[in-house]
Amino acid sequence: MLGPGVAWYLGVSAFLFSIGALGVLLRRNPLIVLLSLEIMLNGANLALIAFSRHAGNGAGQIFALAVMAVAASEVCVGLGLVVAIHRRRLELDVDRLSELRG
Amino acid sequence: MGNFLVWVVWIFAAFACLASAVGVVTFKNPFLSALALIGNLGSLAVLYLLVSAEFVAAAQVLVYAGAVMVMFLFVIAYIGPRQETPWAGGPSWQAFGAVLAAAAIFVEIIVAIALKAGGRLAHSDHVNATFGSPGWIGRLFLTDHLLAFEITSIVLLVAAVGGVILGSHTKRAVEMS
Repeated sequence: MLGPGVAWYLGVSAFLFSIGALGVLLRRNPLIVLLSLEIMLNGANLALIAFSRHAGNGAGQIFALAVMAVAASEVCVGLGLVVAIHRRRLELDVDRLSELRG
Repeated sequence: MGNFLVWVVWIFAAFACLASAVGVVTFKNPFLSALALIGNLGSLAVLYLLVSAEFVAAAQVLVYAGAVMVMFLFVIAYIGPRQETPWAGGPSWQAFGAVLAAAAIFVEIIVAIALKAGGRLAHSDHVNATFGSPGWIGRLFLTDHLLAFEITSIVLLVAAVGGVILGSHTKRAVEMS
């Protein structure tokens, strides 16, 4: 089973990463920012797994699973923040939420 | 013949992946964005299967498309889907800078890949039969990468504690005020 080479996977992962970066920079809804962050993490994961297959070494897949766990915890804290902001009746706009004090 | 089929599946999965990623960023409704991200994660799992990472693909579908996205959809439903246009108020310098920065990152990565890799990055055809299987991953986790495994559990625990504190703190603040 000899499919596309690693360079093709790296191209897809580069596109995913930059689209995610665009979403993080462009969108103002914190939920969409979190979703775009997930896309960036997945782009990095794809590169890790493609290199793992290329080198025949499992460390890349282990790293990808660790990234998944970090993404899950980041979503946990991020969604907690979004719900806390919503409960305080603040506007959900990352441009307006530029101060850390309530 | 098998080679051709792999290419066809790869092209479909890659295009679904890229299109849904663009959808996540451009949809006005956060609900649609979250659904597009589920499609993105599913097509990424197909790509993982093509590079013989079976366990990671299964974990991707279970953890991401299952647990994390259900949490996202729950929060979006709780807050109420509010429309927000990415280009609201005309093209500002901020939006222009965002597009410029993202394009710069993309070009930089592509140039780095082309310079360093060239055509030499074709992976070998033969790979161990157990490569990417759950048993193999588990053995790696419990032998070579035991420290990473344990630290991952601590990270998850800290995140859970942080989520609980974030949830309870606001309740106390509301009671006090």
